[in-house]
Amino acid sequence: MELTTLWFALIAVLWIGYFVLEGFDFGVGILLHVIGRNEPERRAMIRTIGPVWDGNEVWVLVAGGATFAAFPEWYATLFSGFYLALFLILVALILRGIGIEYRNKRGDLAWRGRMDILIAVGSFLPALLWGVAFANIVAGVPIDADKEFQGSLLTLLNPFGLLGGLTTLLLFVTHGLLFLTLKTEGEIRERARGLTLPVGLVTAVVAVVFLLWANAIRGDLLSLAVALVAAVAFLGALLAARLRKEGWAFFGSALTIGLAVVSLFLALFPDVMPSSLNPDWSLTTTNAASTPYTLTIMTIVAVIFVPVVLIYQVWTYYIFRKRVTVPRASVEA
Amino acid sequence: MLARWQFGITTVYHFLFVPLTIGLAFSVAGFQTAWYRTGKEGYLRLTRFFGELFLINFALGLVTGIVQEFQFGMNWSSYSRFVGDIFGAPLAVEGLLAFFLESTFLGLWIFGWGRLSRGLHLATIWIAAIGTMLSAYFILAANSWMQHPVGYVYNPVTGRAELTDFIALLTNSTTLITFPHTMAAAFMTTGAFLAGIAMYRMLKDRDRPDAAGPFRAAAKAGAVMLLVSGLLVALTGDMQGKIMTDQQPMKMAAAEALWETEQPASFSILTIGSLDGSKDVFSIRLPYLLSFLATGDFNGKVEGINDLQKIQEAKFGPGDYTPNTAVTYWTFRLMIGMGALAAAAAAWFLLRMRKGRTPAGRTVLVATLLPFLPLAANSFAWMFTEIGRQPWIVFGLMPTAAGVSPTNDTLVVLVTMVGFTVLYGVLAVVMLGLVIRRVRAGLPEATSDRGFEHEAEPALGLGY
Repeated sequence: MELTTLWFALIAVLWIGYFVLEGFDFGVGILLHVIGRNEPERRAMIRTIGPVWDGNEVWVLVAGGATFAAFPEWYATLFSGFYLALFLILVALILRGIGIEYRNKRGDLAWRGRMDILIAVGSFLPALLWGVAFANIVAGVPIDADKEFQGSLLTLLNPFGLLGGLTTLLLFVTHGLLFLTLKTEGEIRERARGLTLPVGLVTAVVAVVFLLWANAIRGDLLSLAVALVAAVAFLGALLAARLRKEGWAFFGSALTIGLAVVSLFLALFPDVMPSSLNPDWSLTTTNAASTPYTLTIMTIVAVIFVPVVLIYQVWTYYIFRKRVTVPRASVEA
Repeated sequence: MLARWQFGITTVYHFLFVPLTIGLAFSVAGFQTAWYRTGKEGYLRLTRFFGELFLINFALGLVTGIVQEFQFGMNWSSYSRFVGDIFGAPLAVEGLLAFFLESTFLGLWIFGWGRLSRGLHLATIWIAAIGTMLSAYFILAANSWMQHPVGYVYNPVTGRAELTDFIALLTNSTTLITFPHTMAAAFMTTGAFLAGIAMYRMLKDRDRPDAAGPFRAAAKAGAVMLLVSGLLVALTGDMQGKIMTDQQPMKMAAAEALWETEQPASFSILTIGSLDGSKDVFSIRLPYLLSFLATGDFNGKVEGINDLQKIQEAKFGPGDYTPNTAVTYWTFRLMIGMGALAAAAAAWFLLRMRKGRTPAGRTVLVATLLPFLPLAANSFAWMFTEIGRQPWIVFGLMPTAAGVSPTNDTLVVLVTMVGFTVLYGVLAVVMLGLVIRRVRAGLPEATSDRGFEHEAEPALGLGY
């Protein structure tokens, strides 16, 4: 395999890691006020993601850094082009991180209430905007002969882009519901379970329309087939949830998100950022890539350290495998 | 211009938290190790106390760090295209090796109290601390490449700089000296933080021996850390100065506002007057010293700005190759001055604490101000080294003006710059408020079986 193709695949892997992992903690954040009826319940919800959310978020930092290293032109065009959208995502991630980390630093409920709002808003915005961004990457954006993006935030807010945003938003909410069902007890678990099917079915419809549309714009039999497998995995997840196979249900939604990313990346290949102005101006895995030397160095580093990271992150989830309960002392108080 | 301000503001702000994160990670690990080995409750309580402060600080370093990873592409896309083949690699490696380590193991540390065995739990904070250090190395390697590009060729076909030797990039002479300098500065910053806060608490808790005792130990440890690392900062800074004179003579000349070449050159302690070199109203100068600082020889020749400007014009074509001399001159002095002041305060603390003595109450004021001195010194240091490199973004290779994103709308950059500045300002107030709250609350109880998530339980009887 070409090194550039390998790195295209590796970047897909990093985004899969990001969306599968941060997806559920976005979902938990968005659902904070929907499922958590009071402070102790919301605290219990935050505690399900507390030990892991930061490690989850690093996946996007590494995806960004790896894109910079392996495809500098992609990094430059994407982040300067999607400027305001990215700014909004960054602000949201800042507020959310502060909300999660500072929430327990003061005991008063007003403080915690404000932090909860930061968490909810800070989870909602990126869950929506990452979808908008990816939909636009797949559909193609106005890129000129100098590889520069000619557009604005409004360019991205087209129907297909918004549908992409809605898709990631709903997928992450469902993913979050399944995570909460798996990681909590009592009323939170029951409420999350109750919402899974109605939210899940709407998600299924939106996601299938989006993936079909994406494959209609750009895609081949393979990317379409993967999209269909993703849809099947999602229905399997909903079925498992109904049968109270909570682990399988969560695995199913994780698989769905992963396969959806695979489908989009397959549809893109060999482009990384197609131009809507002229196909000759598209950024591809070859014209956006670094030198073979840099890619070789990066490959060696990745082959050694990505498995190491996976091992200790999996171990973390194992350590915190126990369900989180609503702190009873506080409820009685 | 706006892009520069945005990068300057977000980066200097980010770096307010970075040195404390590095130093506190190791300090908290140190306290926890002391508890692990001696079983003394005081160390556990210090671990929890400074652990909380560490986490409050870490959160801001973390969230502002996300911006750093993306803003090269957002505001500096031409720079990213030109250097991505080289500059991207250390950034990606930093994420893969360091960020994952820090974030995952800190999560384990925060929530792992009572859930992991004591030894394993202790290991998590050490691993996180090592992660912060690795992160510093790779990002400084990236920055050092901008100061002193090595291990690359310019490829005229692709029109960009391309990496030829990754090992050379990682062992850049600039990196090898900047890393110890920055690490020493991080420990100096942390020493001031520990000494200042522990001294403050020790004086407040003077009637409570169970709290005053541990704080006395922490104040001493902080003051010693500050002095020792301060010495290392000075030593490494001196070596860095010589390398800088060699690699970027213009920066050294600007730091000294040395317009004409001198041999031997005198060091200006402070100058009141105009820095454009035309007249000094008042100036204190030490003969021979600059020669020694720059070259290691008291009679060494130090080239002046005017000569260097001519040399660069001959090399790179007409243009202004002189950085803002006033800013470079004063940030250099403020960096050294603030650092020296902090070291003096630490020495004074130790003097007043010798043989079990407790300093007078007015020491509280010094203790309160002390943590801010190295923070200011760090900020001035970055301003100095970055502004002193101007007009280059990559020294001798790419002018800063050529690095900005060509398509960004000025208004949009202004909006995001104001947005980040306001947001960061609010966060600074919130963070400082939390630190003050925590410091006022004093030493927590000795609990080792509960994570930090329980640290501040809601007050009872709030009705739910």
